[in-house]
Amino acid sequence: MVFLEFERPLESLHEQLEKFQQIEAEGDIDVSDKIDELQKKINNKRKEIFESLSRWERVQLSRHPQRPYTLYYINEMCKNFVELHGDRTFKDDKAIVGGIGKINGQSCVIMGHQKGVNTKMRQFRNFGMANPEGYRKALRLMKLAERFSLPVICLIDTPGAYPGIEAEERGQAEAIARNLFEMAQLRTPILCYVIGEGASGGALGIGLGDRVFMMENTWYSVISPESCSSILWRSWDYKEKAAESLKLTPEDMMSFGLVDDVVKEPLGGAHTDREKMARILRLHIKKELQDLMAIDKDTLVTQRIDKYSKMGRVAVHTMDEKNPDSKEENDSPAEKADKKAPKAKKESKTKKASTSKSKATEKSDAAEK
Amino acid sequence: MGWFKRLKDGIQTATKFKKEAPDGLWHQCKNCSETSTMKELKENYFKCLSCNHHTRIGSHDYFDIIFDGQFTVHFDDIISEDPLEFVDVKTYPERLEAAYKKSGLTDAISVAKGKVSRKPLIVAAMDFSFIGGSMGSVVGERIARGIDMAIAERIPFMIISKSGGARMMEAAFSLMQMAKTSAKLSQLAKEGIPYFSFLTDPTTGGVSASFAMLGDVNFAEPNALIGFAGPRVIKETIKQELPEGFQTSEFLLEHGFLDFIVDRSELKARLADLLTVFDPSKMEEAES
Repeated sequence: MVFLEFERPLESLHEQLEKFQQIEAEGDIDVSDKIDELQKKINNKRKEIFESLSRWERVQLSRHPQRPYTLYYINEMCKNFVELHGDRTFKDDKAIVGGIGKINGQSCVIMGHQKGVNTKMRQFRNFGMANPEGYRKALRLMKLAERFSLPVICLIDTPGAYPGIEAEERGQAEAIARNLFEMAQLRTPILCYVIGEGASGGALGIGLGDRVFMMENTWYSVISPESCSSILWRSWDYKEKAAESLKLTPEDMMSFGLVDDVVKEPLGGAHTDREKMARILRLHIKKELQDLMAIDKDTLVTQRIDKYSKMGRVAVHTMDEKNPDSKEENDSPAEKADKKAPKAKKESKTKKASTSKSKATEKSDAAEK
Repeated sequence: MGWFKRLKDGIQTATKFKKEAPDGLWHQCKNCSETSTMKELKENYFKCLSCNHHTRIGSHDYFDIIFDGQFTVHFDDIISEDPLEFVDVKTYPERLEAAYKKSGLTDAISVAKGKVSRKPLIVAAMDFSFIGGSMGSVVGERIARGIDMAIAERIPFMIISKSGGARMMEAAFSLMQMAKTSAKLSQLAKEGIPYFSFLTDPTTGGVSASFAMLGDVNFAEPNALIGFAGPRVIKETIKQELPEGFQTSEFLLEHGFLDFIVDRSELKARLADLLTVFDPSKMEEAES
């Protein structure tokens, strides 16, 4: 077991537990009481630690080396999974995997960023950083899903799209932009889950959907806290502060109306009970698909575009030129002719966001079971 | 042996005797260091007279170049909020305030409607002078409304991109503007209204990875920096020198991501050509 820095208090308890388990296994002395007691202690300690995680600690959890990745979930959740390769133009990107399989008896096209499980595989998977052909493979699979009226499930877990010479030559920007454009119009349901890191355009490139969810210990933002620190503070040492400023946790994102819900993880994070996590995800998908599959396709696309049109927070400036200080916050920005005119997001102007600096209470009841 | 000998090192003239040229009269080219008067530069479409370097200009300079005289500016009453109450070394409202003062603009994009050689066009043009042309909620919202206007009035739409990417101070809200603008453009495409994307120096990050690359026709100014990741980030990642001409307009044309490169002095003429061949009002007739 790998313990993160803030989990240190658990480490010694675990060591003790292991010793007792060994004694128990040898079968001479009955220490089951001790074991139960220790287990309880560990649970309480864990609860204590996980009730007050900082944003930066959540980021660390999202990168936990034992955290399950896309292929783990696919293998756990899918029956008859057939992996499909290649973008049919250039090559097969190993950082985005995908294919077709049955989840809860429903055929789905499922794909996601894939990180490697050990040093060698991490290199093979390019650390989950996709090249343009990865996004194009994803798009190809989505088009396939559309043709056969299959729902699309995207699992997001990337530190970003790969910044390299070849990626630029082959149009990293175009590949991501094209996916956004096509996903907006895709005539089949799209479900997106941030299962680890959701870094910027690289995440969004397979992240535009009818419903977007985040697992409890993940983050999603326009930039990683490290890069943000290096750009705004001109030093790598402010990542904790940057994480706080970026408000990148699932609870933050929900309070902004940018994701739909938080998928609860087992206590201690997805890696502590991987099978349970996969089961939670599978049941979540089941419930969501039931809703989405019932919507007719025109409505689905219209609703999806409306959903994104509403994202953003703007104010309307009363026309008092020359004096930008006198901006007035308005609850509904000037209505424009078109009925589809996007109205700036406005459900509630209460600045929940700022207060969620404290402990975001785990209000997700999404996880069944 | 020289004719003159410097007796003392360093500059001896006291600062108060220094002869200053007033600001705004002269321009020195960043590329070739040649100087010219601002008047000459402006008459030459803000291009260097000796090396043709296209200097960065603002949205309204482009409107002046493109439109037949008059144009109307829209949606500039939509301004930024601070949804995250973002603080780095400064607060976001402080940064905004400084940007309002420095640029005289209300955000990093302006939307205008006018005529180009008597054909109507809606143009959303970005301003690099406003927080690096960064895209936040306001940029997304103004583009979305520009698109709605283009659909309602069946007028072609154009975006002039000039941006370093997403605005970090609006974090995930900025990120979602990529999705929002792309989704709106897909609506425009479905309506059969042409969209022209004009990329200028620089167009990188979230802007290039959304609307800038989605034109029915993509074209750029010469020698503009265009790419997804910034050159510095790539250099740090691969730890190698970048090839000559990497991520320039010419590089993108060569790799198939641009339709053509246009000199600023010919921009209006090429736009007029496009508006003649892509005429949504004619297309409607053809369909019915």
